[in-house]
Amino acid sequence: MSEPISFFSGFQVNDLVFLGEAAGRTLLISAVSITIGTIFGIFFGWSLQASKWLAQTTIGTILDIFRSVPLIIQLILFYNFFPIIGWNTGPFAAGAVVLSIYTAALVANVVRGGIEAVGIPMRRAARSLGMSYWQDLRYVVWPIGLRAVFPSWVGVALSVIKDSALVSVLGYMELLRASQILITRTQEPFIILACAGAFYFALSYPLSKYSQKLEESWTS
Amino acid sequence: MIEIKQLHKYFGKLHVLQGIDLNVNKGEVLSIIGSSGSGKSTLLYCINGLEPIQQGQIMVDGIPVHDAKTDINKLRQKLGMVFQQWNSFPHLTALENVALAPKIVRKMSRDEAKTIAEKQLRHVGLGDKLDVYPSALSGGQQQRLAIARALAMEPAYMLFDEATSALDPELVGEVLDTMRLLAEEGMTMICVTHEMSFARDVSDRVAYFHQGHMEEVGPPAQIFGDPQSPHTRKFLASVR
Repeated sequence: MSEPISFFSGFQVNDLVFLGEAAGRTLLISAVSITIGTIFGIFFGWSLQASKWLAQTTIGTILDIFRSVPLIIQLILFYNFFPIIGWNTGPFAAGAVVLSIYTAALVANVVRGGIEAVGIPMRRAARSLGMSYWQDLRYVVWPIGLRAVFPSWVGVALSVIKDSALVSVLGYMELLRASQILITRTQEPFIILACAGAFYFALSYPLSKYSQKLEESWTS
Repeated sequence: MIEIKQLHKYFGKLHVLQGIDLNVNKGEVLSIIGSSGSGKSTLLYCINGLEPIQQGQIMVDGIPVHDAKTDINKLRQKLGMVFQQWNSFPHLTALENVALAPKIVRKMSRDEAKTIAEKQLRHVGLGDKLDVYPSALSGGQQQRLAIARALAMEPAYMLFDEATSALDPELVGEVLDTMRLLAEEGMTMICVTHEMSFARDVSDRVAYFHQGHMEEVGPPAQIFGDPQSPHTRKFLASVR
């Protein structure tokens, strides 16, 4: 009598390394998307605020769509759309592009709120001192607006880290995808999802802690 | 010298300034009084180029404020302005608030800007508050900070837009004292104000604005003692 062949094997230390590498990819795609999305979001938010109707009808509409359509649908649509326009892209690039636009859409609103938080009277006071439009933006609007909306921006960044899990549907081997594979093999969903959750926490916690520290240093 | 010729200003269909003619000479203190909505604050915003005008002209030392060729940022360095709301920059200390514009607009070195900021803060009586953030200052102190910030640009003219209206009554005095001090030093000032005693005691001339018109202008003794226009008489009776 030979031993029955088992397709399943238990959770091993090696699997933690596998999850750790996947967490690294989650971090990578999140960091790339948050960075690019924030840069574009700042520009979009400023144009929405600066040129009311022109930007509103163009950028505003596009961003509204990206904000309203579920991210998972955007990912699948774009992943299949990119090859049609001749861009044969892997899951990372497609995921990063969609996540970046999604982030930009969220950040644009945050930025617009930040500029509005500074208020016309404050900006007029700055201009009355002889500051140019750009000096006013750089030395008055930016620092004051940043402090006003920084918590909201951190909220966006944290949600993008978590939403990056959706890129798993494209086959990108990030944390959630890796967990699914391990669950299929080990049949131990509870422990693996707990590990994956711990990794997400480990990625997010430093950001929220650091931002708290930064905010405290601003108020003191 | 500030010269205003046949100035018309509209907000949409609202005709807020209806043909203002007014000159303000070097060293003169002009107070503008009138009920709210009479256009007096708008006039200051127009002089500073913060509001566009639809007709007429404003010249500051011979330079047209609203001409497209005028470097408005440069011209504004001559025109210090203090607003009803003091608008101190909350992320900067008192010293940094005052030093910012000299540094970035007048391109002074850090030390030069600091020196002039210290001097102006002492000037307005805030010499002991250099490193304090605005949130720790009273309304009156913040308004004096705003005056110091404007003075640090070494303007030739100071425009005060109801500088004491948003202050608690017990804080009005310290700001008025600072304005008096500037007047005594010979600063050219246009003060939109509801403080009749200030207008009477400090100004060289007082202008009364009514519904977009300058009803009357003259020495305080004439405006307060023998007003010519029935509107002025009515207004003065109501504020006494």
